[in-house]
Amino acid sequence: MRFMTMVKSAEGMKFGPPPMALFEAIGKLGADASKAGVFVEMGGLLPSDAGARVTLRNDTINVIDGPFTEAKEVIGGYAVYEVTSKAEAIEWSKRFLELHRRHWPGWEGEVELRQIMGQGEMPPAR
Amino acid sequence: MPAADNIQRTIDAVWRIESPKLIGALARMVRDVGLAEELAQDALLAALETWPAQGVPENPGAWLLTTARRRAIDRLRRRPLLDRSHAEIGRSMDEEREAAVEALESAIDDDIGDDLLRLMFVACHPLLSAEARTALTLRLVAGLTTAEIARAFLTPEPTIAQRIVRAKRTLADARVPFEVPRGAERAERLASVLEVIYLVFNEGYSATAGSDWMRPQLCEEALRLGRILAGLAPAEPEVHGLVALMEIQASRAKARTGPGGEPVLLLDQNRARWDQILIRRGLAALAKAESLGGAGGFYALQAAIAACHARARTAGETDWPRIVALYDRLFALAPSPVVAVNRAVAVGMAEGPEAGLAAVDALRGEPALGGYHLLPGVRGDMLARLGRYAEAAVEFERAAGLTRNARERTLLSDRAARSRAQAGDSVALNR
Repeated sequence: MRFMTMVKSAEGMKFGPPPMALFEAIGKLGADASKAGVFVEMGGLLPSDAGARVTLRNDTINVIDGPFTEAKEVIGGYAVYEVTSKAEAIEWSKRFLELHRRHWPGWEGEVELRQIMGQGEMPPAR
Repeated sequence: MPAADNIQRTIDAVWRIESPKLIGALARMVRDVGLAEELAQDALLAALETWPAQGVPENPGAWLLTTARRRAIDRLRRRPLLDRSHAEIGRSMDEEREAAVEALESAIDDDIGDDLLRLMFVACHPLLSAEARTALTLRLVAGLTTAEIARAFLTPEPTIAQRIVRAKRTLADARVPFEVPRGAERAERLASVLEVIYLVFNEGYSATAGSDWMRPQLCEEALRLGRILAGLAPAEPEVHGLVALMEIQASRAKARTGPGGEPVLLLDQNRARWDQILIRRGLAALAKAESLGGAGGFYALQAAIAACHARARTAGETDWPRIVALYDRLFALAPSPVVAVNRAVAVGMAEGPEAGLAAVDALRGEPALGGYHLLPGVRGDMLARLGRYAEAAVEFERAAGLTRNARERTLLSDRAARSRAQAGDSVALNR
């Protein structure tokens, strides 16, 4: 089963700059996931002022350039894991947030996990 | 979801992530994989008892290891003293025991990677049969339960349980050292590990869609083991070769069966259903193998052939001459009739059905191919392409008679019928 996990938090300098130690720790977590054979992909996203939104509303397609200041939280990065249960993906996401707690005190945010379609049935619980 | 359910799933997930490393570390400390697994299970039980109330610890892996070590020391200390009349022996047993306790207490958390690698190598020891190696690897390294392994191999659970018990005992009795062997022995043992992983993959790959969910899961387990091994032994080209082969084969999983569950041949598959992420990873692993000088390896060559297909956006764009060259090398390395037949097919595609037929006919004397149903099937295909329909029909019938797979038999019988029809048409036209 493949899961997309997305970390979200308030943008801007609300929490100050992310410490170098956090990046290193995230890199190490990726390596751990790789060694455990569950890592598919991970990436950090550039701030929303470099991004855009393409919308379809009222039968019209529009392009809006960032930043998206009205959003309270934006996606900062993602990781895709290939695991055998949602609980496993949750466990990896918990460890990811644990790194934030340890290396970036004061930071608040969340990870949303969603299973990617078409990657196999959920096996019956053990 | 009720809280109790939640904590159970969390513990399951933690176990899956931590158990192989845990068993590896313990095996190094107590030098016995059977005991190591028991101790790991003890720690799991302790977790099941305390975590629901106290919450999951911040570093669950470390908690489990510490708990397991503590229990191991307790066990050793509580072991009843031997027969007093053998006081001398008793004393040295005592010393041995204290030494073991000390080893446990002072054992550092060594490079976890090494422990896991050692575990994989020990589980694939040549003293064990191929089946025993497979069962033990799936148990200790992949963390599958006995029930799951049994289901995967369509074998009764008690058989698998016995197999694992006996395997552990064999290793213990032979006092197999918990280490990665050196030199020539290492190369052999690595080959054994790769063989086990590929065996597991093929068990899963050969199952058709719609059957027991455990079967595709086997492909995933094998892939996971392969990727873990690639992380632990990154300088070994054949490990990357095997991973490449599995990733690329797995990429075709969803295109391999039709709507009715019937098998779809590679050249007929809808390539839009090939998983590009897996292909990308497979090609990267192959490049890694080649950069390490392993382009001529057994798995790397097979992966390179699979990569030729993966790179072609349509069947028509396949680089057949390259595939022929790769089969030439594979045959030189591991001459088998199966490889020879596959090569003949590639020759037929690269140089036309005449050349393909010649290549197939060169194999006709091969005794090993006597019962190989694909040989007449391939010959029939060449003949049909040459317009020799009557002969083609005969070959397809022969092939249908040789296969034990019902679906394949139907496919081949159908082709025989169509060839006969076409033969009839030609006769009519030529009148």
